[in-house]
Amino acid sequence: MSNSVSTSAPSRRLGERIREWVPAIVVFGLGLAAWQWFLPDVLGVEDFLLPRFSDVVGALVDEHHLLLRGAWITLKEAVGGFVLGSGAAIVVALVLARWRPFGNALMPYMIAANAIPIIAFAPITNAWFGLLSPWSKVTIAAVLCFFPVLVNTLRGLTSVDPESIELMRSYAASERDVFRRVRIPSSLPYVFSALKVASVLAMIGAVVGDYFGGSLEALGIVVLSAVNLSRYSTSWAAILVASIMGIAFYATIAGIERYTLSWHPSVARRGS
Amino acid sequence: MSADGSSVVSITGLSKVFGKGGVKALQEIDLEVERGEFVSLIGPSGCGKSTLLRIVGDIVEPTEGDVIVNGKPARKARLDRDYGIVFQAPVLYDWRTVAKNIALPLEMLGWDRARRAERVRDMLELVELTGFEKHHPWQLSGGMQQRVSIARALSFSPALLLMDEPFGALDEMTRERLNLELLRIWAETGSTVIFVTHSISEAVFLSTRVVVMSPRPGRVAGVVHVDLSQPRTAATREEPRFFELVTEVRESLHATGADEVEETLAAEDEIA
Repeated sequence: MSNSVSTSAPSRRLGERIREWVPAIVVFGLGLAAWQWFLPDVLGVEDFLLPRFSDVVGALVDEHHLLLRGAWITLKEAVGGFVLGSGAAIVVALVLARWRPFGNALMPYMIAANAIPIIAFAPITNAWFGLLSPWSKVTIAAVLCFFPVLVNTLRGLTSVDPESIELMRSYAASERDVFRRVRIPSSLPYVFSALKVASVLAMIGAVVGDYFGGSLEALGIVVLSAVNLSRYSTSWAAILVASIMGIAFYATIAGIERYTLSWHPSVARRGS
Repeated sequence: MSADGSSVVSITGLSKVFGKGGVKALQEIDLEVERGEFVSLIGPSGCGKSTLLRIVGDIVEPTEGDVIVNGKPARKARLDRDYGIVFQAPVLYDWRTVAKNIALPLEMLGWDRARRAERVRDMLELVELTGFEKHHPWQLSGGMQQRVSIARALSFSPALLLMDEPFGALDEMTRERLNLELLRIWAETGSTVIFVTHSISEAVFLSTRVVVMSPRPGRVAGVVHVDLSQPRTAATREEPRFFELVTEVRESLHATGADEVEETLAAEDEIA
């Protein structure tokens, strides 16, 4: 038989890959240069609006003890909230997908809840858990993660090609088998895109939650108190740390996605 | 009705109505399929041939009438995994390799790893895909995917093979090649096949018997016994007898008023 086989693109030479990244790196460098020189020297942007890049880096180095301690506290809150919120969402999605009448009854409320600005509850969670408890911030992060993960996972579990289910039925498959072998694997792309969104939301929830209470060493408090003391470089350094943590968190989830979905055409075709 | 045990499928007084007082898809169908037969169901779209196939496989429930498969009710036959099914779409799971797709029904039957591996090897040989076991479905051409689907359906040696326009989405060349391949597999495995198609020449070429169905409601309008000699080859398509039989099936189809109905259906679809 003559067969045309489309295989994934062979991994390209390193040189070609580096060349692909050149434009992005140039833009990054230009951005930093504009921050360092163009904004303060040409446009006259004041220090309290945006300190020079070199000042922020200076604060990053000088205050690294304070920043790292704060980062660690806030990261724990964010990851804790992410794990609790996403975990609960996945479990609830499985239950709702298994017993569809429940799912159909609750779905409109879930979608509505997804649109609630949950961050507005942050001051109130302090009343629930006590002003100094990290749990208020974990809760905010968890609730922020919960709805998008729930809605997407449920969509992934239920939007399976009907013939896939008919096929399983022809094998006299139990409902458990259908979930294990068809619904769950085919929902994974949905789940991971939701988890990537959730990782960002968890970090936002934790940092904003810091503003309303909890440990005085948390990263959000560092931003807040540095602003109050007019130490803008330190605030910006803390924001920079929060951003780096957010990106690292997102990248970690994306990495797990690539590994888990290595079978997926969109992942595999990118080449390894 | 034959009760000598040679009948693989026995359908009596079968009707199917979709929805309450809704569309009558099938009316008063009686059909016997003997062991080792290759029976095609042919008819215009809307004649319920796919529905009939799904009722035999207990994927859709009949409104009236009985379906006996291998001497037991269709439901029992499904639970005993008495048939393998092939759809128009290959319905392969992207997260499984070719080998693991073929092994899926065997996993459900609780076969151990070694036994599964051996059967997968045999099946790949049968459909001439040896060497592709580690590929993922999307790396194969449409024809190859459909061969994997056939291998999967045959992997657990079901007595009956149900095929719903399996080659309908393929180009003419691939289709003719797979027709020959299917006949070889049919001869080698000695299975019984019910094959839904809307191609007259395909039905005549493959079958021992062609069942012509009329549309809305679907009824058996005629049966054409195909007395072409076995094994059939590419040359069979050029025999005068082949053309006579094609003409016979075509006339039988036209006698059902399929043309007008097709037009009516199209008009109805436009209105709806």
